[in-house]
Amino acid sequence: MSTPTVEKEPASKIDLAESGDGAGAVQQFDITLKVRRYDPERTEDAWWDEWNLTMFGTDRVLDALHKVKWDVDGTLTFRRSCAHGICGSDAMRINGRNRLACKTLLKDLDTSKPIIVEAIKGLPVEKDLIVDMEPFFQSYREIMPFMINSSPTPTAERVQSPEERQRFDDTTKCILCAACTSSCPVFWTDGQYFGPAAIVNAHRFIFDSRDDAGDMRLEILNDREGVWRCRTTFNCTEACPRGIEVTKAIQEVKTAILTRSL
Amino acid sequence: MQVHKYDVVIVGAGGAGMRAAIESGQRAHTAVLTKLYPTRSHTGAAQGGMCAALANVEEDNWEWHTFDTVKGGDYLVDQDAAEVMAKEAIDAVLDLEKMGLPFNRTPEGKIDQRRFGGHTRDHGKAAVRRACYAADRTGHMILQTLYQNCVKHNVEFYNEYYVLDLITVEEDATREDGTTYKQKRVAGVVTYDLASGELHIFQAKSVVFATGGLGKIFKTTSNAHTLTADGMALAYRAGIPLEDMEFVQFHPTGLAGLGVLLSEAARGEGGILRNSDGERFMERYAPTIKDLAPRDIVARAMAQEVREGRGAGPNKDYVYLDLTHLEPEHIDAKLPDITEFARTYLAVEPHTEPVPVFPTCHYAMGGVPTNIKAEVLQDNEVVVPGLYAAGEVACVSVHGSNRLGTNSLLDINVFGKRAGIYAAEYASTAEFVELPEAPETFVTEQLEMLRNSSGDQRVATIRAELQDTMDLNMQVFRSEESIREALDKIYELKGRYQQITVQDKGKRFNLDLLEALELGFLLDMAEVMTVSAMHRKESRGGHYREDYPDRDDENFMLHSMLYKDPGFETEGVKGIRFDTKPVIFTRYEPMERKY
Repeated sequence: MSTPTVEKEPASKIDLAESGDGAGAVQQFDITLKVRRYDPERTEDAWWDEWNLTMFGTDRVLDALHKVKWDVDGTLTFRRSCAHGICGSDAMRINGRNRLACKTLLKDLDTSKPIIVEAIKGLPVEKDLIVDMEPFFQSYREIMPFMINSSPTPTAERVQSPEERQRFDDTTKCILCAACTSSCPVFWTDGQYFGPAAIVNAHRFIFDSRDDAGDMRLEILNDREGVWRCRTTFNCTEACPRGIEVTKAIQEVKTAILTRSL
Repeated sequence: MQVHKYDVVIVGAGGAGMRAAIESGQRAHTAVLTKLYPTRSHTGAAQGGMCAALANVEEDNWEWHTFDTVKGGDYLVDQDAAEVMAKEAIDAVLDLEKMGLPFNRTPEGKIDQRRFGGHTRDHGKAAVRRACYAADRTGHMILQTLYQNCVKHNVEFYNEYYVLDLITVEEDATREDGTTYKQKRVAGVVTYDLASGELHIFQAKSVVFATGGLGKIFKTTSNAHTLTADGMALAYRAGIPLEDMEFVQFHPTGLAGLGVLLSEAARGEGGILRNSDGERFMERYAPTIKDLAPRDIVARAMAQEVREGRGAGPNKDYVYLDLTHLEPEHIDAKLPDITEFARTYLAVEPHTEPVPVFPTCHYAMGGVPTNIKAEVLQDNEVVVPGLYAAGEVACVSVHGSNRLGTNSLLDINVFGKRAGIYAAEYASTAEFVELPEAPETFVTEQLEMLRNSSGDQRVATIRAELQDTMDLNMQVFRSEESIREALDKIYELKGRYQQITVQDKGKRFNLDLLEALELGFLLDMAEVMTVSAMHRKESRGGHYREDYPDRDDENFMLHSMLYKDPGFETEGVKGIRFDTKPVIFTRYEPMERKY
């Protein structure tokens, strides 16, 4: 049996500390949003646009982009969906750092200066903040991102201990937003490099006790465009909006290649 | 005009669409058309779990799960469908595990299970541990696992293709008793390629709709920006009825002011709700299972506390989700994502501070009517050959008037799989239906109208006004007066919608244009929902009428069926025909719903 869920029965009534902050008391402030624009239907070259906006304390960069798109300039183009850091649509370069626009609160940025927003680097820009994601997903597909298990299928679940499950927990969090891969200087100069996200997803299977194809994936990543291109700059780890220790995962894959028994 | 031909076309790449694709892709020539990259779908935002009576940690069986589903839906559930879902739940979870889904484990290495609202042992005796889970990111793991398996099976995706019309034809047909009717048949879909702005026709023997929900009708919602009722609206425009659209679930624990979802798993793991007096108020509303009562009951209780002045915060407009009595390590292990949401978006530390929460629009129980083979119905009996629907877009109806937590992840897996299998089977013997001449005409005209409009109305303004009126008048408390107010506003907004303009006139990645089309879907579906709510003069599940506070089985133990029909008028709204459909009963007689 697993551990009990409730540690102790909660009281029917408690004294709440004087509250009043939390949600509700929201402050307003002014920002300048500066976005690198690109639309080959209008002009060959990229350009910068700036908008002065009044925003609220709980607003994120995505809210500022929406305010422009919805109230000022409908041509401003960017991907977004869930708006709370789960779907991975809105990775972009904000003040020179890759982040999700929906997880970056404006109040956490320096609002005394323009907030600079650009498309992520290393992938072809299609329009404004939209890039072609196909090369990114191509690398992902190449590492065979699915469980391979050739032993007879049991009727019930395959057994896996909590410790075995924990071994690859960190890399299961990946939402394929490309913030890591497009923050990697090696990827910027060599688009053939698999990139951190593909390696993270390989790691998720290599260290899953139920998977049989770890050696095949290690062989793929032992390629000249594989893990050995990583220069351990930690950009990927800093960029990951899910808090995955990306560089550590890459190091673990390197170690596995060196120590595996073929 | 590019025309593609597939045996099976699946619209939508969330859980239901990809589960269908895994089945169909191995049996028939299949394409998946999706307006988002598959891994962006909102299945990935689901948190808490997926129920199945595995009995891994305590006694359980699928019959109890069926009962809970029926009772949770306030008896408006079609019981044949609920039985299918609860029975097939066990294989659905095991299928996912074998595909690689990293479920949390018991010390013995089996799939771990936890409590969830409305799921009980032996017909309501106590909460039962039935939800299989992967921390508080179960939906994320399901979406990733299904996508991984689509990659494994080489499923063909058309990413960022928006389906903007369902192509159907009608044929004269005769029933066994000699009477005649118009039989609808599906021929394919018209799509818009976001990258190029070009239209593509997909001709198919089978079409599966798996397009998700409609949360963006409301302002406060846990739903993604992209959940704009597309599939429901397209089916409705093609003359297919919509079932039980008045039933919308408001999830109790949205982050106050934002609507971002905090999983019910927080309460499954021991979290409780408190009002401004620090009182655990659910003890008054549901004495047996308290904070783990079904969502409609909890959401109304929260709204009631706020109405009676016991709301917290500077505007007294929310209550608290209290986790402070739980061990911090336990919170971090079981609820890492939602505690991070509280920290990121409200700067609240759940280890030591209660989290401000208020109900948020979460799920549409209603949708495109289907049977247990996921076949779409054109009326109460007649199936549209080759047309299937699964997941939130569909109404099979396993959720009745209120869905239990975790049953949506279950629904997409069970009925997504069924839709994929039956769609491929149908395609293996059926012929293509001949495309009508220039099937894209309607969409082309719509796009031209929007691009060339000289109107002065803005999409964002109309959408915001719609969302405001729906939050104000159609949320957890409704009355004839509030519903009428919403209807009047929708009528006004539909008029103004004729005068909207888009600023982006280009072809490449024109999301400005698509937001305008999505607003059209939202307005149509808001109207259907509101008319349906006006008609149902009773309170049941997620639909609560202050002027009719009791459930009325004599007059309303029926599904609502709304048709787009120019010759009719319902509740003062022209162009809508109202009908009802009997609820399917197998084992459970309606009882009073108490917890």
